[in-house]
Amino acid sequence: MSETRRINKGIEEGVHDLLVHLLESGTVQGVFSLMKTNEEGGVDYSLITDVEHIQNAVPFQPLMPVNAGRALSLFTLDGPAPKPIAAVLRPCELRAFIELVKRAQGSLENFLLISLTCGGVYPLKSLARGTFGSDSAEYWSSVEKSEIPEGIRLTCRSCVDFVPLQADIVFAAVGAENIEKECLMLLPTENGRKIAGDLPGAQGGGKYDEGRTGDLKKKRLEEKDRLFKDFDANRKGQAEMIKTFTPCLGCHACGEVCPICSCLLCTFDSKTSDYNPENIDFDLNHKGGLKVPTGNLFYHLGRMSHMAVSCVGCGMCSDVCPVNIPVATVFTRVGDSLQKVFEYQPGLDVEQPVPSGTFKEDEFAQAGEQ
Amino acid sequence: MSAEFQPQIIGFLCNWCSYTGADLAGTARMKIPPSIRVIRVMCSGRIDPLFVLRALIMGADGVMMMGCHPGDCHYQKGNYNTRRRYIMLNSIMETLGMEADRLGLWWVSASEGVKYSRVTTEFDEKITKKGPSPFASEIFL
Repeated sequence: MSETRRINKGIEEGVHDLLVHLLESGTVQGVFSLMKTNEEGGVDYSLITDVEHIQNAVPFQPLMPVNAGRALSLFTLDGPAPKPIAAVLRPCELRAFIELVKRAQGSLENFLLISLTCGGVYPLKSLARGTFGSDSAEYWSSVEKSEIPEGIRLTCRSCVDFVPLQADIVFAAVGAENIEKECLMLLPTENGRKIAGDLPGAQGGGKYDEGRTGDLKKKRLEEKDRLFKDFDANRKGQAEMIKTFTPCLGCHACGEVCPICSCLLCTFDSKTSDYNPENIDFDLNHKGGLKVPTGNLFYHLGRMSHMAVSCVGCGMCSDVCPVNIPVATVFTRVGDSLQKVFEYQPGLDVEQPVPSGTFKEDEFAQAGEQ
Repeated sequence: MSAEFQPQIIGFLCNWCSYTGADLAGTARMKIPPSIRVIRVMCSGRIDPLFVLRALIMGADGVMMMGCHPGDCHYQKGNYNTRRRYIMLNSIMETLGMEADRLGLWWVSASEGVKYSRVTTEFDEKITKKGPSPFASEIFL
């Protein structure tokens, strides 16, 4: 995949104008993108059909108020999008959406998928503190230089899957040349090539140098290794696990924002997980005590057994935890192990079946032979 | 008199193979450790990973998953799912440092009374040596 198109505008202006053009020309009838909601950097994902509103689009604002994969799934749950829609989302959000499509929780049809080689997003709390927005020039400068911007999500620092070739149009932000003046669009699909080919003002960009993302990938891999080594040294073991999850309130915010956790009624919100008098009796008799409310560690282990194999490492969970539990660190660590064991790459290919929903008759011969 | 540790091991046995195999061991008066608390399921594929996790958190010192040999499942394909679920649970426990060897998977057929006696005895010995589960006395979970 090497065909590219270049626009002589800075990346933020370039993607914004692309969206305006797509809507105005009728190529799409809706645009899904981050929209500005205030002057302090606040954004929300919105689906816009009226050209008048598109002026507020800030597609690559480094903030993730909700995982876009979850958002797209919400309105394609019962069927494909009713009209062609251009959707701008980050690599992890796209992978999450593909994971949801595999689970019949969404449809890829009728979407023009626009993404970028991703430099990461800032934690949502930075918005609450009012410090967000002042970093913009600094942020893009870091991305251009293949550096990791200061203060982004931990999961972003250690993400190595930031080149989303599943999309139709990918803005080559990482390692870009002159990101304030021009931007390059990678075109992995037929659809992307056709649309970019018709884009006024775009010229042939030449062959894409895939080495451009190599530098950052190396740095991110080092961060990931460091994060995982730290986990293995300090958070492994029953006592450490309990310490990690002791602050847990059982609010389930992590599950609520997780894009993979799409069950309409989560087991852990259902009657199955209620602690009724008979259950309490067992604990009081056998252990002599019971934390109230209980079931917090079980919730995390159970949620892991349900979704960690598909974890795309977006970091929404850690971001929303009110007591600062490093949920994403634990889940990406476990997810990484599971993905290795099952040779599974979440969100890479919609045809690759989810490991928990399939099997081969000849596999794991060593299991069961003890 | 020393208070010797008597483990509590939960065994999930599939009705058609393992449970019948266990029954055979019993009728043939083979030695079966008293620590094994058998829960019969119709197929090992019925074993929800949450059953295993719940047992471990409640303080089970060991958990045994047993079913028909692959290819011989009474319901054709149930045990292929069991195998994947065991691999998944094992991986989670290993990664978190939760003493993954407290969980095991065994294929025991209806005629394998001897095997049932052997694997339960071996597992009981192993767990006894390991000691009580660290979750057994943990209240703040």
